[in-house]
Amino acid sequence: MSTPGPGRAAAAMTVKPASAGTLMRAFAAQKSLIGLLILMAVVTMLSPHFLTTDNLLIVLRQTSINAIIAFGMTFVILTAGIDLSVGSVLALTGAVCATLIGANFSLPIVLIATLLFGTALGAVSGLIVSIGRVQPFIATLVAMTALRGATLVFSGGRPIDAGEGVAADAFWYLGGGYLFGIPVPVILAGVVFLICWFVLSQMRFGRYVYAVGGSEQVARLAGINAGRVKVAVYAISGLMAALAGIVLTARLQSAQPTAGTSYELDAIAAVVVGGTSLMGGRGTLFGTLIGALIIGVLNNALNLLDVSSYYQMIAKGAVILLAVLVDSRGKATN
Amino acid sequence: MSKTLLELRNISKTFGDVRVLDGVSLRARAGRVLALVGENGAGKSTLMKIVTGIHQPDPGGEILFKDAPVAVVNPRQAIDLGIGIIHQELNLLPGLSVAENIFLGREPRRPFGPIDWPQMRSDTAGFLASLRQDHIDPRQPVERLGVGAQQMVEIARTLSQRAEVIIMDEPTDALTDVETAILFEVIRHLKAEGKAIIYISHRLGEIFAECDDVAVLRDGHLVYEGQVADLTEGQLIHHMVGRDITDQYPYAAQVPGPVRLEVKALTAQGISDISFIAHAGEVVGFAGLMGAGRTELGRAIYGANRAASGQILIDGHPRKMRCPSDGVRAGVAYVTEDRKSDGLIQPHAIRTNMALSALPTLSPGGVVRRAQERSVVDDYMRRFAVKAPNMEAEVRNLSGGNQQKVSLAKSLLTDPKVVILDEPTRGVDVGARREIYTLINEMKSRGLCVLLMSSDMPELLGLSDRILVLSQGRLTGTFARGEASQHAIMERAVA
Repeated sequence: MSTPGPGRAAAAMTVKPASAGTLMRAFAAQKSLIGLLILMAVVTMLSPHFLTTDNLLIVLRQTSINAIIAFGMTFVILTAGIDLSVGSVLALTGAVCATLIGANFSLPIVLIATLLFGTALGAVSGLIVSIGRVQPFIATLVAMTALRGATLVFSGGRPIDAGEGVAADAFWYLGGGYLFGIPVPVILAGVVFLICWFVLSQMRFGRYVYAVGGSEQVARLAGINAGRVKVAVYAISGLMAALAGIVLTARLQSAQPTAGTSYELDAIAAVVVGGTSLMGGRGTLFGTLIGALIIGVLNNALNLLDVSSYYQMIAKGAVILLAVLVDSRGKATN
Repeated sequence: MSKTLLELRNISKTFGDVRVLDGVSLRARAGRVLALVGENGAGKSTLMKIVTGIHQPDPGGEILFKDAPVAVVNPRQAIDLGIGIIHQELNLLPGLSVAENIFLGREPRRPFGPIDWPQMRSDTAGFLASLRQDHIDPRQPVERLGVGAQQMVEIARTLSQRAEVIIMDEPTDALTDVETAILFEVIRHLKAEGKAIIYISHRLGEIFAECDDVAVLRDGHLVYEGQVADLTEGQLIHHMVGRDITDQYPYAAQVPGPVRLEVKALTAQGISDISFIAHAGEVVGFAGLMGAGRTELGRAIYGANRAASGQILIDGHPRKMRCPSDGVRAGVAYVTEDRKSDGLIQPHAIRTNMALSALPTLSPGGVVRRAQERSVVDDYMRRFAVKAPNMEAEVRNLSGGNQQKVSLAKSLLTDPKVVILDEPTRGVDVGARREIYTLINEMKSRGLCVLLMSSDMPELLGLSDRILVLSQGRLTGTFARGEASQHAIMERAVA
């Protein structure tokens, strides 16, 4: 006969229902998914052109660039930061990429150089935030402004052609090609999603990201180098912006100096609609994926329904507000 | 006897199940300084919060101001009555000028609304002059003043509110000797003007030099009220600590092992020149009053505060502690006194909190071994009897005692050699306390070196093999178990 130990006594006292927090989080993820499905159902009823393979592939392709940026943004926002510079990083890396293609460099070299450049740009923002102790909003606002200027200087304000050069055709494939009938940008976004998901949910670094966002002080006292984590998340965001820059430049066959303007807002919207808290420490990459799709479907639907672009912006604002309100109501009842 | 300005009758206060104050009655008289003393947690602050309208007393208690019963339902009302308080942490807005701070929310106006700046400045100058602080410029931003001058600004503010009862909560803690002397001069001046002053302090020297009456609180009861002149220091200490230690502290006698930790002439923020050794299987208690440097010592050994000079040796090897990760690597664990803001990520799960410090070992190659993580977390939840539905429960939904167990488990998961426990039972209910004591003994039996920092003296006396006493950042006493008594420790702590 064994006597009941303290563990068992505790188990007997366990009368509270399963963790409200876990349930809430699972539900929040579902909620944005439900939102997406409702949105798609409504659009299907309004337009016969929506639910076709061709159109859905267009939606995915149009979403892929924002999704890639938003995946990087998720890392930053999970640490309670923000990255306003992604649109400018996209433009500058795109310009560099187009220049290198035009200068007859081979494709792998161009890609690696561009991605490293974007990572370095992000890391600089991260260093300004962590070592310079500048508010993320301000640090990346500065980067956004300065890098846009750098892009204009670099390009002389003119588009840079990427349609010439030895690697031009292969390069185009990254933005406009298809693999197994699926647009290459969509496949890229999918692969990036899987990698980011693995890093955030399965790796030690992912835990550190959540911990720093949950409470930087606790994280530091637990022996985590919070500064290094911050530099890393901005570097990841820069890397993602550079990848998006490559895809966009490849698709357009040229780099526009004004490319990516206000992309940071779409990315932040996708993250927030996906249920990630701007206060940090809470959220999922899956939510961001759904958030990006909601925004993508919405854009597509408004075009299909022939809504003027002025009204589109109002509609988009309304949907984001609705999503965030539903999400914050869920949290308030927690 | 001079006129009673403020009288408290039968004041009690209960928070949840805990009775913090039990039937306290006392008087503050015009032209006299009343010292309010007691150990940390005796109820001094709660009593003053009731007087200033932050808390309401339980039914049955009465506050009389100039012999008339009054209800102080909010801080505004206390101010309107003429009760002013100078808090331990100064309550000034650093960017605003002296005058703006003094008249905050009550700025003199000209017709149609604009602020009457000349009036405000000259009034401010008047109040400062009455405190003989003419050298403070009313237009100067408060942040440019020293701590002592800032305190004078606070006192001027209470005067501007026509306060007749002025409460000072450990006012000299942050002051230099010169500033302290000026403060006492001001206090004597206020006395002469017929104000009643309630002076909260744990510095016995000041009390005997400057105060007329003394009231001693212990565990929420008023245990002594009388004139300072009728007491000796020894008697006062006895009133402050006089309670019996029961066997609620399960001490496990054990022969200590080899030297685990050696601290040599350690100087860091808030501590200076501290040296001691601690053995495997030994609980070393650290006593001291608030601000004596216990937390700072713990943080310096862990690496959370950087040492200015001195050496830390673990198992005979000198270790550099520049940041907490150095501490973790060297085998030091630190359980913080402030669980809420330093110890646990409140909205995160028990599992991720517990595993946080130990992630380097739980994730070889960077990938977290989820199964291993779950099993060690599950193991600790069982052993520590953490009462929670499951390991995904959010920490913020747990009771203080259970949070503390999670915090303890988190530090033990790193497999440390030295564990620093900073106020491990603060805010923990009696039942969970007992469990935490058992865990401390268990650590001891496994050969860990435990540094126990606590303001709870019976707890320290009950669990420690040795007790070191800190006062104002210095080591002022060392007692072997058996030699130590509350009285002897208190004597060193106020040294």
